[in-house]
Amino acid sequence: MSFLLENTTSIFDNKPEVDYVMMQSLRIVARTKAFFIEIGDLSYFSRRFFREVFTKPFEFQELLRQCYHMGNRSLLLVGVTGFILGLVFTLQSRPTLMEFGAESWMPSMVGISIVREIGPVITALICAGRIGSGIGAELGSMRVTEQIDAMEVSGTNPFKYLVVTRIVATTLMLPILIVFGDAIALFGSAIVENLKGAVSYRLYFNQVFDAIEYSDIVPATIKSFFFGYAIGLVGCYKGYYCKKGTAGVGEASNSAVVYTSMLLFIIDFVAVFLADIFFEI
Amino acid sequence: MKLKENIVTVLEIQNLKKSFGENHVLNGFNLRLFEGENLVVMGKSGSGKSVMIKCLVGLMQADSGSIRIRNQDITVLGQTELDLLRTEIGFLFQGSALYDSMTVRENLEFPLRRHKKKLRMTGHTEALVIEALENVGLVDAIDLMPAELSGGMQRRIALARALILKPKIILYDEPTTGLDPITAKEIIELMRSIQAKYGTSSLIITHDVDCARVISNRIILLVDGINYAEGTYQELSHSDDPETMAFFKH
Repeated sequence: MSFLLENTTSIFDNKPEVDYVMMQSLRIVARTKAFFIEIGDLSYFSRRFFREVFTKPFEFQELLRQCYHMGNRSLLLVGVTGFILGLVFTLQSRPTLMEFGAESWMPSMVGISIVREIGPVITALICAGRIGSGIGAELGSMRVTEQIDAMEVSGTNPFKYLVVTRIVATTLMLPILIVFGDAIALFGSAIVENLKGAVSYRLYFNQVFDAIEYSDIVPATIKSFFFGYAIGLVGCYKGYYCKKGTAGVGEASNSAVVYTSMLLFIIDFVAVFLADIFFEI
Repeated sequence: MKLKENIVTVLEIQNLKKSFGENHVLNGFNLRLFEGENLVVMGKSGSGKSVMIKCLVGLMQADSGSIRIRNQDITVLGQTELDLLRTEIGFLFQGSALYDSMTVRENLEFPLRRHKKKLRMTGHTEALVIEALENVGLVDAIDLMPAELSGGMQRRIALARALILKPKIILYDEPTTGLDPITAKEIIELMRSIQAKYGTSSLIITHDVDCARVISNRIILLVDGINYAEGTYQELSHSDDPETMAFFKH
């Protein structure tokens, strides 16, 4: 106790150190407060989305345009990444399985891993970078150059036209991109198995589809909708409330990717936890 | 430019107040815009001119005061009524604010899509777009993207977009800022010709003394959030008041 008192006295005697500690504490408090304010604002933004998504007028044309932009333009990136992922995953797993004489389990293991977890998470992270940052930068620059104000003055609800369409588009397109990415990844894996293990493509895919069950597909599909929603929501939120200036646009784009990536892992954790309860995976 | 007698008020601001925290931007600003009039509001940077014009179209919420446009108080209007009233108002933004992912044609068609009822009364989309572009002398630019246009051309297209719904009132936020003197002069001439052709009432926010001299029927000086002085260009430019003189010194 006396030791503690001695040390306490010495700390308070040293004023600059106390100031530094106080400053750091205040900074942490301010950051924590800002974080919770941001969470609150994001929740309010999300609530506004659900309020406006079901009310007229519906911007179908803009929705289709966004679906095309987000879906079609991400296909190549998702495809290439998926192909390399399947290829590398199989190449690196093969030696370990061979040690146990379990190489015949390769298609089942790769299939389940890709469909359940790796495919959705990797595709969602790629889309967070490709689509989320794009939305953040686009809406941010529209805010800075007063295009959003111009839209409002012309009698169009910019939230509906810009935000609702983009969030719905990402929510609908991400599951499709994930299915596409999974398929390409399995194809990449099948090529390695065919070349290295002399397994025919037919046998490979028979084994994959035998191993995959509804309890693998359903949770993965449900969470992919949430991934898409999170990418659209955070990208739109960051862009729509972008600070003035070009630095604000850069910050909106960058923070959209960072926040979305964090949110994706949180959603994934919750999804796996719930799937474990409901599907006993 | 002399104003006609027996004119009616199309826009009226009474005791408008707006603050951002401790920063009191508007402290009871008043304004009346008459039919067919060109009213210029001048003020230093940060004096609240843009805030005032944004409150006028509902882009910002005033803290107190009333804003009446064509006898409707916009502070109490619902979203649908406000959108309908906005068809009566054209807004030229300081930086043009053209939608850069759309062509000039799509930019001009954009305000029309929400107002089909009004459109049926006035004509077809294509004809309206061509007419608006003819007014600003840029029909050839119809399929170009905004990025392919010069600053002056962008301002003209923005003006065409503001005109497309044939508004009764046009609000200009710094229409000549960032333009070279010749292009600025062209824009001012365009504003005059549009006013003459359609008989619109214009509220012009500007720093540009030449613009104010050429186009104004009346000028209001906005200082410290209130109407500091009001009068014609001749009256204000010959004022003895040092604060007023500062605006008109070259």
